[in-house]
Amino acid sequence: MSARSETRLWLAQRASAAVLALCVLVHLATMIVAVKGGLTAAEILGRTRGNPAWAAFYAVFVAAVAIHAPIGLRTIASEWLQWRGRGADAFWLVVGAALFAIGIRAVAAVVL
Amino acid sequence: MRTADWRNRDHPSYWAFLVHRVSGLTLALFLPLHFWVLGRALAGEAALDEFLRWTEQPLVKASEVALVFLLAAHLAGGLRLLLIEFVGWRRQAKQSWVAIAAGVALFCALAFALNLY
Amino acid sequence: MAMREPELLEVDVWRSGGDAGGQFRTYAVPREDAQTVLDVVTWIQRKLDPTLAYRFACRVGMCGSCAMTVNGRARWTCRTHVAKVARGNRLQIAPLANLPVVRDLVVDMRAFFDKWAKAGGQFTPTASRRDDFVRVAPDTPARREVDAAIECIGCGVCYASCDIVAWNPAYLGPAALNRAWTLQNDVRDGDHPARLAAVAGDAGCHACHTQAACTERCPKQLSPTTSIAGLKRMTARAALKGEL
Ligand code: SF4
Ligand code: SF4
Ligand code: FES
Repeated sequence: MSARSETRLWLAQRASAAVLALCVLVHLATMIVAVKGGLTAAEILGRTRGNPAWAAFYAVFVAAVAIHAPIGLRTIASEWLQWRGRGADAFWLVVGAALFAIGIRAVAAVVL
Repeated sequence: MRTADWRNRDHPSYWAFLVHRVSGLTLALFLPLHFWVLGRALAGEAALDEFLRWTEQPLVKASEVALVFLLAAHLAGGLRLLLIEFVGWRRQAKQSWVAIAAGVALFCALAFALNLY
Repeated sequence: MAMREPELLEVDVWRSGGDAGGQFRTYAVPREDAQTVLDVVTWIQRKLDPTLAYRFACRVGMCGSCAMTVNGRARWTCRTHVAKVARGNRLQIAPLANLPVVRDLVVDMRAFFDKWAKAGGQFTPTASRRDDFVRVAPDTPARREVDAAIECIGCGVCYASCDIVAWNPAYLGPAALNRAWTLQNDVRDGDHPARLAAVAGDAGCHACHTQAACTERCPKQLSPTTSIAGLKRMTARAALKGEL
């Protein structure tokens, strides 16, 4: 991949990281509070169903993760498995798209 | 050509790198499972509850704590990287950031564990 | 006064040859005060085995030719005291990692220096001898960045200590990128855009994961990690402006 595209990927990963930093903070806090007294579906869904704020939050979260994770995996595969090149890049693009799709499906499941 | 071994790698920034990489890798592998579980809610509350009951097992609970730790560690390590790369922290600053990152991660995992059990 | 029996150092030295490409051979070397690792290697070559190949020149930490792996870590041997690195009386001396071994303790530095060239390591002048001297105020931010990174002696210690160099063969490595950073901050240099393009991407600064092994090990106490982070910001800015 060209130096220019690599630079853009790096930027995308850092930008998504900054977004994720905020999301993960909220996520960690929610988790720590939510597990008190055990997790039930009613409790989770009671919080999220029909709530546009949570819907938007999780949608952004999923989008950022779908950018961030495949770029990281791509680097690991290139360094530890020596798997790089066009085929690899195409594969990671598909992974990102798939992650986004199942992520959005999960968001829909808890907010709709 | 020879390659360096662990005697060379034994320094704070390397451990920070390794924790960041392993936590990132594990979280990325866990994500599809996480999304799938939440997606169960599409099939109704009962389906999700069924799975949540399964997570009551001690081993599953322990791995949840581990995952929270990894998430917090990846967050703290990532913040450290952003500071070094974008704010330009220098040598001395880096060592203490490794320690702070480790502290934050442990704190989150502990808080989660205390509430979980 | 009775002469004290000299304490003996047990030194494992990497010797080329054999099926595995080489193996450690052990030598006994009398220990002395203020003895450097380079002194030990020299003693072995002079007194025990003249076929031992190693490299050095200045012996005072200026030329950067004496770097070896000492007890697992890359070091400049002429300025490394045995007392600081020996474990008990044991010392293990091997050639630098990440570079092909020519013989014994000598590595082929070609890849290391070729990558300096690839990273745009040459200064590109913008003035001729008929021009007046350029005045660079010592306290400008750019000049300070240069000052912090300029003292590199090209020893290859950082290159041998960086895992990314081993994992990503195209990676230019810490020293070359550190050099590029000094030139990118040199107001007299006329090749900034091309150099920036040369150091961006997967073979350049973006391959660095801030492991800081280079910074940890650099005998001149430079921080290539910081220089590389600077290049990352510089390339990011250029990319956002559409200049890369
Ligand atoms: S900071 Fe970058 S260049 Fe230096 S050792 Fe680490 S990965 Fe290599
Ligand atoms: S940056 Fe330091 S370790 Fe690397 S070649 Fe220069 S002096 Fe040696
Ligand atoms: S011999 Fe010149 S730096 Fe060691």
